Amino acid sequence: MEKIYYDVVIIGGGIAGLRAALEIAANCKSKVSIAVMSKYHPLRSHSVVAGGGISGALWVGDSPELHAWDTIKGGDFLCDQDAVEMFTQLAPKEIIKLEHWGVPWERNKDGTLQNAQRMGGHSFPRAVFVGDRTGHFIVQSLYERCLMYDNIEFLNDHFAMSIVVSGDKVNGLTALDIKRGIIVGIKVRAIVIATGGLGRIYRTTTNEDQNTGDGMVLAYKIGVPLKDMEFVQFHPTGLVPHGYLITEAARGEGGYLINAKGERFMKRYAPERQELAPRDIVSRSIMFEIMEGRGFETQDKLGYVLLDLRHLGEDVINERLSNVKETTMTLLDLDPAKDPIPVRPSEHYMMGGIHVDNHGRTCVKGLWAAGEVACVSIHGANRLGTNALTECVVYGMLVGRDVADYLEKDGQTSTSASTPASDTLKEDMDNNEDKILELLSRKDGESIYKIRRSLWAIMDEYVSVIRSREGLETALSKIKQLQERFTKAYLGDGNRYYNTSLINALELENMLILAELITISAINRNESRGAHYRADFPKRDDVNWLKHTLIFYSKEGPKLSYIPVRITRWHPTERKY
Amino acid sequence: MVKLRIFRFDPSKWSQYYMEYDIPIRENMTILDALLYIKEELDPSLTFRYACKAGLCGSCGIKVNGRETLACQTRIEWFGEGKVTLEPLSNYPIIRDLVVDHEELFKKHASVKPYIIRNEEGVDKEYLQTPNEREEFVQAATCINCGLCYSACPTVSIDRRFLGPHALAQAYRYIMDNRDSEPSARLTIVDTLHGVWRCHFIGSCSHVCPKGVDPALLIQRVKRFFILSERRLKRRRPAPLKS
Repeated sequence: MEKIYYDVVIIGGGIAGLRAALEIAANCKSKVSIAVMSKYHPLRSHSVVAGGGISGALWVGDSPELHAWDTIKGGDFLCDQDAVEMFTQLAPKEIIKLEHWGVPWERNKDGTLQNAQRMGGHSFPRAVFVGDRTGHFIVQSLYERCLMYDNIEFLNDHFAMSIVVSGDKVNGLTALDIKRGIIVGIKVRAIVIATGGLGRIYRTTTNEDQNTGDGMVLAYKIGVPLKDMEFVQFHPTGLVPHGYLITEAARGEGGYLINAKGERFMKRYAPERQELAPRDIVSRSIMFEIMEGRGFETQDKLGYVLLDLRHLGEDVINERLSNVKETTMTLLDLDPAKDPIPVRPSEHYMMGGIHVDNHGRTCVKGLWAAGEVACVSIHGANRLGTNALTECVVYGMLVGRDVADYLEKDGQTSTSASTPASDTLKEDMDNNEDKILELLSRKDGESIYKIRRSLWAIMDEYVSVIRSREGLETALSKIKQLQERFTKAYLGDGNRYYNTSLINALELENMLILAELITISAINRNESRGAHYRADFPKRDDVNWLKHTLIFYSKEGPKLSYIPVRITRWHPTERKY
Repeated sequence: MVKLRIFRFDPSKWSQYYMEYDIPIRENMTILDALLYIKEELDPSLTFRYACKAGLCGSCGIKVNGRETLACQTRIEWFGEGKVTLEPLSNYPIIRDLVVDHEELFKKHASVKPYIIRNEEGVDKEYLQTPNEREEFVQAATCINCGLCYSACPTVSIDRRFLGPHALAQAYRYIMDNRDSEPSARLTIVDTLHGVWRCHFIGSCSHVCPKGVDPALLIQRVKRFFILSERRLKRRRPAPLKS
């Protein structure tokens, strides 16, 4: 076990985390030490998978107000409108900043940025993009920009295990150094959580296998509430059977969704926008088609519909959707220019997350959250495509600026490198060491992978696109049984060096906590709004439910409370597309 | 059924050996699917890295029958009925089993200053860059940093100080980006015995690149700057701001 010191540690090296690191480095007059911690390496973060684009009101005819309205309507009026207004105001500047930092945006002939209508729910073509690999280029440019600063360090292969609070402030964190298999304690003055989503609690997901919601649990355990956990977004077009992302840009470029009867069925559900309606509506429509017998079925009885790109022609597919082609060719031997692609909704994004204010601050001093892991809330009950990348850069920047401000004001005196670490940090290190030793020394029991598969089956069946009280209650009792089974599970690997089974076990522990929180939040919201669709309460209920769910940790189990949605200019109306 | 013969290395005992596993094949099964099958059903102690499973994150690079490849982009049926051998990438220290340490790769990458250098802070308009100017470097920018090229490079294996195909291709990417104002700063870094001149143009880096980047060609193009057009590059005026 060993101890180190940084002024600030950013947990998570995706777009939000890297953007925050850059902003802190650029804004602190005194030279602070910054560490970006990741489970593997920032260039492997889930942000690289993001396909379609990033949105901001950069063009004549568009405005931050219009972008805000689209976002609020898309979010089924659960967005905090003051936050959305600030967010859309800041978006264009951030996109320009990315341009200056090297992102090779697609260009018009005159050299200016090119825009496109790429994602559903936007009423203006405001997506800026690089083919269908936008996320990759942003992560790359931000990571490389970080290399300019000698006070940004990367703690790769580290798994954060706990955050240490002393008094009312964060004081440190503990992590598992995966390579060496030892617990490290890090004394800090500030922490930013930017670990992204939790897609891996579902079997069918577009997320990387690393997305297990670890950051949410870190905050939850020290008393920070999680907000709106019932709102889990399903991307309409996950590749069947894997669930891999077929980017929404495929529909943005003009792709059709077709059922088994050969109909473009979206005209029934969203006559005007059809395939370009927001994701919650398209996902639900696909599920209805499948449930009513108008879908296709795989050998394993998995229902699906088809995404038809053939009419776009080979050139558009090769230039704009090269990654879609690469994925379908490698995985299914299927050429989208010749054959339609089998798709079904796949878990994609978590609207809920760590409860933060408009600057990404949590209720604990010195602790911030940014990106998908946080819930501001700017996405409300359903996020629009391209708003996630914007969120990551805007909130990475805002949080970074706030952290820099805090570090300057806080001064070096209270907790500098020379003062001893708090007793709690040592205690946490000991506890985590014991926990790991105990996990590694187990000699037999059920495989953690079997438990994980059971969790996937439960979440996919009961806590998915279409929900009901009965199903959710079944899910909750089954999840509790899994938590019990987990306490006796067996890793099958007692080695301390680079033990991925150990990491998978720690992740599974977090996933089981989050599955429970999502299910409890969903059981208690008796309405349908955005991505949360309850078959037993199919209507939105603004009288009783225009409010955010908060879920708190307590020794007796999770506790719920509700806070109002902040409405400024736009009053809830019926959503029509 | 396919038999996978997998290299194992246990750092706690400093022992290395091969282990064989029988894999029942499913339709469209990738090498990564097979590794996950072993981990979940047969032997949880088998250690490998992966993340996105879609050829985008670059973490699952290994050698399959001696050739560098991304496990998630390689189908097991391509190898027929016989035995398939999986080994960790070459030219990197092995951490455990199929997991290697990429630290040196990223250090060399950082050493070529892979970022836009330009002294205009706080401007709020985009730089103008035509599609043709963008085309000059965008291929190199699609690199996913998987490091397969570095493993395949025979020069790296005999000269550990050689910057390697990955770093040199990224140097080219920023040299050619017309938003950058200091291409010559980077040229100085690669104009060394262990820089571009060390490349023997064997081309195995380009051969294994899963994204079609062609580092071998890009390195030759950097060499050409010194011979033909360094002066022209030095005179280059960086991209103007949109008015």
